[in-house]
Parts: sequence; structure tokens; C-alpha cells
Amino acid sequence: MNKMLIVDHSKCTGCRLCEIVCSVKKNAASNPARARITVIKWEPICVETPMLCQQCESAPCMAVCPVGALARDEELARVAINYDLCIGCKFCVAACPFGAMGIDTVARQVIKCDLCDGDPTCVKFCETKALQYVDATTVNTVKMREAAEKLSELLKKTVARPSVS
Amino acid sequence: MRDQKIAYVDLSTGEVRKELIPEKIRKMYLGGRGIDMYLLYNHIPPGIDPLGPENVLAVSAGLIGGTLAPSSGRCHVGGKSPLTDLIGSSNMGGFFAPELRFAGFDHLVVKGKGERPVYLWIHDGEIEIRDAAHLWGKDTAETPAIIKRDHQDEDIKVMCIGVAGENLVRFANVLTGLKNAAGRTGMGCVMGSKNLKAIAVRGTQGLPISYPAEALGDLERLTGLIRDNMVFQVLSKLGTPMFHGDSNQLGRLRNRNLQRNQVPGGESLYADQLEKFSIGMAACFGCPVHCRHRYVVPEGPDQGSYAEGPEWSTLAGIATELDIGRMEAVLVGNQLVNKYGMDSLEFGSMVSWAIELYEKGIIDDKVTGGLKLEWGNEQVMYEMMHQIAKREGLGDILAEGPLRAIDKLGEESRYYNVHVKGMSWLHTDERPSPAMALGVATSTRGADHLRSRPGLDANLPPPETRNKLFGFAVPPDFNSYEGSGKLIWWHELMYTISDALGVCKFQALFLSPSTVSYDDYCKLTGYITGLEISASEMMEAGERIYTLERMFNNREGAERKDDFPPERYFVEPTPLGIPSFKGKTIDREKYEQQLDEYYEAHGWDNNGVPTPETLERLGLDKEPSHII
Repeated sequence: MNKMLIVDHSKCTGCRLCEIVCSVKKNAASNPARARITVIKWEPICVETPMLCQQCESAPCMAVCPVGALARDEELARVAINYDLCIGCKFCVAACPFGAMGIDTVARQVIKCDLCDGDPTCVKFCETKALQYVDATTVNTVKMREAAEKLSELLKKTVARPSVS
Repeated sequence: MRDQKIAYVDLSTGEVRKELIPEKIRKMYLGGRGIDMYLLYNHIPPGIDPLGPENVLAVSAGLIGGTLAPSSGRCHVGGKSPLTDLIGSSNMGGFFAPELRFAGFDHLVVKGKGERPVYLWIHDGEIEIRDAAHLWGKDTAETPAIIKRDHQDEDIKVMCIGVAGENLVRFANVLTGLKNAAGRTGMGCVMGSKNLKAIAVRGTQGLPISYPAEALGDLERLTGLIRDNMVFQVLSKLGTPMFHGDSNQLGRLRNRNLQRNQVPGGESLYADQLEKFSIGMAACFGCPVHCRHRYVVPEGPDQGSYAEGPEWSTLAGIATELDIGRMEAVLVGNQLVNKYGMDSLEFGSMVSWAIELYEKGIIDDKVTGGLKLEWGNEQVMYEMMHQIAKREGLGDILAEGPLRAIDKLGEESRYYNVHVKGMSWLHTDERPSPAMALGVATSTRGADHLRSRPGLDANLPPPETRNKLFGFAVPPDFNSYEGSGKLIWWHELMYTISDALGVCKFQALFLSPSTVSYDDYCKLTGYITGLEISASEMMEAGERIYTLERMFNNREGAERKDDFPPERYFVEPTPLGIPSFKGKTIDREKYEQQLDEYYEAHGWDNNGVPTPETLERLGLDKEPSHII
């Protein structure tokens, strides 16, 4: 499998349902503080963006883990935590440039998005499709097409098109 | 959920007390508006001054609020209303109530009065009364920004009042976020009277979900139901202004203080005109509908700042009612009225009343301070917003709300004020629709549609669908009186339940028959809380809560005579509209009959007082019982 969870920030309405369903799925509790995804908001300027693990290829969390508890899981294209090895030192929390490695203070362990083992709950409930789980090979083609469409409109208007007979 | 608490805060003494919510109260009143009502009935002594320290401000989250239930972010704010001297009760969306729950509290009961301006800082089980001297005088956008900066936490949720609340404008409201408002009945005025500028909350505690897999499965089904619904598809794009075009075309808009029911050339304010200003839609907590526009203020002193809305009620209140037809003015006015923190609906009604009085020569330049009150004048709208919020000139009189302003402007002004129980009518004209008129006029909080709007009556699904849904025969068409009493009763219970559960009533049959129903809510409540409750038990809880509201009003002296639309409804026919909307008045005799039918459905006597049998059946015969 070669899928990835991609965020389209412009589509987020800020409802935070992703946080809730994540924590319900993982912890049987509605609790944003324990969710693996967080919608960061700037209320006064109407901006918000969901933040979560980017599943880095060369992950800083993996690099700093002293016991090798973090590793790439190529089958699901993710960085996975092996809790049997994890000693809870929280180096990974400090190293992650996105703040995507969190601490569950109830379970007393580090947490991150595990893509729900290939069926992300947050994606399922995101009404505007700001969160999507898509084939990584073609992830850019959707945007490419959108951009090209704009260009084609422009071309249609401005360029005299040769007739085809 | 078992550990969620009620906090009692006395601002006079500084005492804070926390209590668990007894299981018995949960089952009888659920939460949100339900337990809110129990607290108000039990903690507010009859006959008190709503602006005195004895009044109570209750802030409540719903039973399934802050969970994965669709749109479970609603927050209920209650107290004795300074506008009506009856039950004050208002509901807002946003993110405040979920955060309150995450901090460990479902209900706040605020009594007394701060010696100086204060705000409450609530965080993970702790409640502190903090000095708010630096917040006093700030608007509803600045206040949360300062609190967040002070605590260095952008994720704090704040509910606050603006300058209108500080100045005790009787229809001052409470806001959270850029525009979510507990708009009606003057709860911001109650906060102002207590020197309580804001409540700030931050929580990291969770709400346990009893059956997570089942709850997630059910949510998938319910979101599908909502997503596939045509009404929601439109609402998601246009917001509540979607109602404006239809209403105007039919002739059910209130314009020029009920002198007209249609605005010629009203197209300039139709929902599609908002599109060029909207920069996207925003959602409340956990809501798939996202019905709130965002925009950049296009002109005026706030030009370039971000704002949200307008809701249709605001658009109609501050513009259509005053005959203003420019969308830019609506957007500027919407931002201004929110920053001052006052009910846009009440504002529009009071100002249009004043303009009509001026037009008819009942008030003159002496009363207006030389201000020419005329229809369609944007400057009049802005000027009156400033004056009312700051309590200057004529604004000081209008800030008193219908009852007290009538006393000040004289007996001749009485007939023209469109209010019930001292709260202004919304900006629709219900003379052609007796069921709506009955619902608005009997509402416990004064003229209001959100207590009982029979949405299905307007949408007219086929009779078999309607009768199956309600379990009784409903009025055959929009213009009919027969059967409307029971229809209103049914909707009152349904919306009471939405408010008690803490979910948005837009999804509870308000707009469409094919959306979330009693059975769905019972199932979902069970999965979330573990509380087993049947549809009939839930309906009975709705009846209990609504009847207790009625008892609160009866205790304050309200009776049958307070359940009538304004006199104008009976004597002035609607001048415009399509045939079924034109030339309509409410027939007094038929209105009396539908009122009887409505009381009977509730088990109240013909003066609107619950009978002893009803009290016993609903377990209300020992109220006030002072359990909490």
C-alpha cells in the first residue's frame, strides 16, 4: 500500500470532529487533549488548520529514539511506535518539528497518529474532505488538474485557437 | 460523565462550591436547558429584581454536549430576564460548552455581585474569580483576545459581554467566538449587573463514551442522514440567509415595523448576494453543517477586520425591518452589534418601532435629540446602535426594551410595539400562519420561534408522512388553525430536548422531516452516556422541562392574557404577498380555540396553569424540591 493522509487546509471549517472521533476511537472518551489530531485555530482571523503526524520518511522522532521504538512501517507508509520497546523518555516529543508527537497523560505514554491501521477515523467523518486518505502516487495530480483547469480557462479566453477540421 | 459537576459561585462572598449531579435529576431533566431550568426554579426567589444580586446566571452544557453527537456544542444561558421579568433563557453554539465539560463542569450557577468587575477563570476542576478591571469597556472581540494573551493560551474559550452588557442594556447578550450569541432575553445584562465581564474556560479532562464502537457506527449513519438532506446542503452553502428570498417572495417578512410584509426590490439582500463577500463557511463544535459565513468587513471604521454571519435574524432585524437594502451595511452593522454585545433582533424591532412612532408624530425631534428617524437610512441604524449600547439620548429609552420604553414614550406608543411578554417579535410576519403565531405568542421566553417553530408545517410533506411522524393529525395547510395547538406542543417538547441534550435544533426536525429524531437521540444518548431512555421518556422529560418554565412564569404572575400576539395581528391585514399570505389577520375567536387546544395538550387549565394531575404525572408537584 502507498497511501497518505493529506490535509487541505482551505477546506477546514474548524468543527474539531476529527479530534473527537480520534479520541473516542483510541480512548473511548471524547477528549481533544488525548487526540492524535488537533485543529489549531486563530479565531479572530478565521484561520484554522488540522495538525497531525506527517509520517516523515526521515523522521526526527525515529532519529532521536534511544531504544529504536520508532520505526517506518512501509506496508502502511507510516512511522509506528513499538510500545514494548518505548521507555517513555519523550525525546521524540521534543524532536518532532510539527508537535505531532503528543503525550497522553492518562495512559502515561507518547502518542501519534497511526492512520488507524489503514482506515483513518478522522477522514471518514470529515464533512468537507479537508482530510483525505489518498494514493500517494497520484496525490499531486488532483491539485495539478485544478491548477491546469484555471490555466485552460485563461487560455480559452486569451489565445486564438486554431480550428481543427 | 458520572463525575461532571455543578459549580455554585457567589460573586458577593467569593465562595465556590462544587457538587456532583444526582442521578435522579439527570433522568428527570437530562442536562442543558433542562437542569438549567431546575436550577433557576429552585434558586431564584419569586419577585426579585432581575438586576439585583439575588438573580442567578446559570450556564449549562447539554447531556451529550462536547461528544461525537452531531453538533453538540450548544451552550444554554439562563436567569430571570431583565426584559420580560419572566424566564430568561438563551442558547448559543460555538465551542464554549464542550470546553466547560472538558474542564469538569456541566453547570455553573452564578449568584451575587462582584464588588468590582471580575471574570471567572475555570480550568480542569478549578474555579477562580479574577479581576477584570482591564477588560471593562472592551468589546466582545477584544475581551477574549486579552484573556488569551494574559493566560498565554490560544485555546481558551471565552463567553463575555460587550459594552451593552456593562451598561445594562436590557437586551444585551452573551457572545462566544466572533458571533455565536446567546442572543435573547438579556442574559448579557444579567452578567453586567453582576459585574461579571466574562467566563474563560480551558479543560483537558475527557468525557467517557460508554459504547465507543456503537457510537461511532451510529454517527456514521446520522452524518449520512444529514449530508444527504437537501436542506442541509443548501444551508451549508448559504447559511440561514437562505430563508430570506422565499420569505420575501411569499410575503412573510416583517418590514417597517409590521406595516408591510414584503420588501419591493428586496433581492439585494438575498442569500446569493452574500457570496461575493463570503470567504468561506465555519462550523460549530462537531457540526457537519457549517452554516456560518465568514467575511472581511467591507467598509467603515472596522474595514478589513474579520467577522462571521450574518444570521438571517440579524439581516432581517437590522436591515429589512428598517428598509435598508445594501448588503455592505448589513455586514458592517452585524459586526458592530456583535461587538457591542446586544440582541440584533431586539435592536431592529425597537428601532423600527421608534421610526414608526416618529413617522406618525407620536415622538418628535425633542425625544430623538434632533435625529431624523427615517426608513432606509443606514446612519440611523449605526447611530442607534451607538446610542443604545452607550445608553445615550433616545438609545437610553430603547435600551429598556418594550415594556419599560412604552411606559416612557406614552400610551399612544403601546399599540405599535410588536412584542409578547415584553420581548420583541422576530422579523417575520406570522399573520398568515396561525400555528406559527400561536407558537411565537405562547413561548415561555416571550415572542420567539425557536421554542416551537413547526418547520414541517411550512415544508408540507405528504399527509401520511406527517401523521406518521407526529402520531396525530396535524393542520392540513399553512393557513389553518385546527390541530395547531398540538403541533406546537409537539415541537416545544422536541426543541426542549435538543436544548437539554446540548445539540443544535437545526438537526432536530427544525428544517426537515428526514433528519435526526427522538429514536435517534435515545440511541445515541445510550451509546454515549450509558443512560437507557426510551423515546416516550425523553418526550416526557421535554414536557417536564417546558412545564417547569411555565411554572416559573406563572409564579411571576404570567397567565393566559400574556399568550396573545400583539393587537395589530388581529386588526391590520397583511397588505402584500401571494394570495395565501395577503389580506390575512389572526382571527381572535379561532386563536382562543387554538390556545385552548394548546393548553389541553400540555395538561394546563384554561388560564395556562398546569393542573395538579399534570404536576403529579410529571413529578413536579413538590417543586421547588431543592435537591441541587
